[in-house]
Amino acid sequence: MAKVKGEIVVDTERCKGCEVCVPVCPEAVIVMAKQVNRKGYHYAQPVNDACTGCTNCAVVCPDGAITVYRKKFTEIIESEIEH
Amino acid sequence: MAEFNTNPEIVQQENLVYKRTDLLTEKALSYCPGCGHGTAHRIIMEVIEEMEIQSKTIGIAPVGCSVLAYEFMNIDMQQAAHGRAPALATAVKRLFPEKFVFTYQGDGDLAAIGTAETIHSCNRGENIVIIFINNGIYGMTGGQMAPTTLPGMKSSTSPYGRDVATMGNPLRITELVAQLPGTIFVTRQAVHTPSAVRKAKKAVRKAFENQKLNKGLSFIEIVSNCNSGWKMTPLQSNEWMVDNMFPYYPLGDIKDSEKA
Repeated sequence: MAKVKGEIVVDTERCKGCEVCVPVCPEAVIVMAKQVNRKGYHYAQPVNDACTGCTNCAVVCPDGAITVYRKKFTEIIESEIEH
Repeated sequence: MAEFNTNPEIVQQENLVYKRTDLLTEKALSYCPGCGHGTAHRIIMEVIEEMEIQSKTIGIAPVGCSVLAYEFMNIDMQQAAHGRAPALATAVKRLFPEKFVFTYQGDGDLAAIGTAETIHSCNRGENIVIIFINNGIYGMTGGQMAPTTLPGMKSSTSPYGRDVATMGNPLRITELVAQLPGTIFVTRQAVHTPSAVRKAKKAVRKAFENQKLNKGLSFIEIVSNCNSGWKMTPLQSNEWMVDNMFPYYPLGDIKDSEKA
């Protein structure tokens, strides 16, 4: 079975912690970090590997802080994904 | 909080599906967290990138929060006197008819001090694109009442809410310019959800395509939030916008001469 896995990379210094990306994520991947960046904002960060690479978060991010990657796996290789 | 590490197998250049466009400069945006200006900037730059017209586009920056738009958009830009962006855009377009010219204005700029320039350039049907960010308030100067402020809406100069009897009605300038024969495409969009952003981007693309074909003036209103001026968090302000702004400023195409 083909499986699409996504991954987001947040530019933590560009993120202003507005949280607009949090409710638009259908997989609840994003939460705000307890740590702050150099400007004092709690930045967004992914907390699980449920991301499908739908780009919703990156599209609404006012500061364009999120980069999205997506890869299609042709067979289930769960053990590899978890590590 | 457990540390989550990204999968290096997926984070590869060939798997990239979305990144911030290179047409935005590296400079950090000067807008408040959650402000719709950043998203609006990005969709315009993405359209310019997709149409490959970076070297042929001249933008006109307004006075307001987006006065520094020329610092963030990596294209040729000029900055107009308050409200005079459509007049400057007219001049630029007439001098360089082969260039793509757009103005980027807020509601205090376009709908208040620049009403005359807006209406006359729309009526003349100048071949430009006007992008109008409407947040119902003067955001840059501290949240004063603007012509687009809703009835009963609190601002720093209407602390008990806008009283229509003494302060007048909010101005729906987008409906106003749709009446004029010079405009070809008049629409109202928003940038608070992914679907709204994608629709707004399509509208911006259409506006620039209209300019490419010398069809006339395209006018895009983007209803946006101003969480600092409205004294709310970004998410609250988006909800407030959906509940209060959209009934008065309904989204959708107001005039599309191609479909008529």
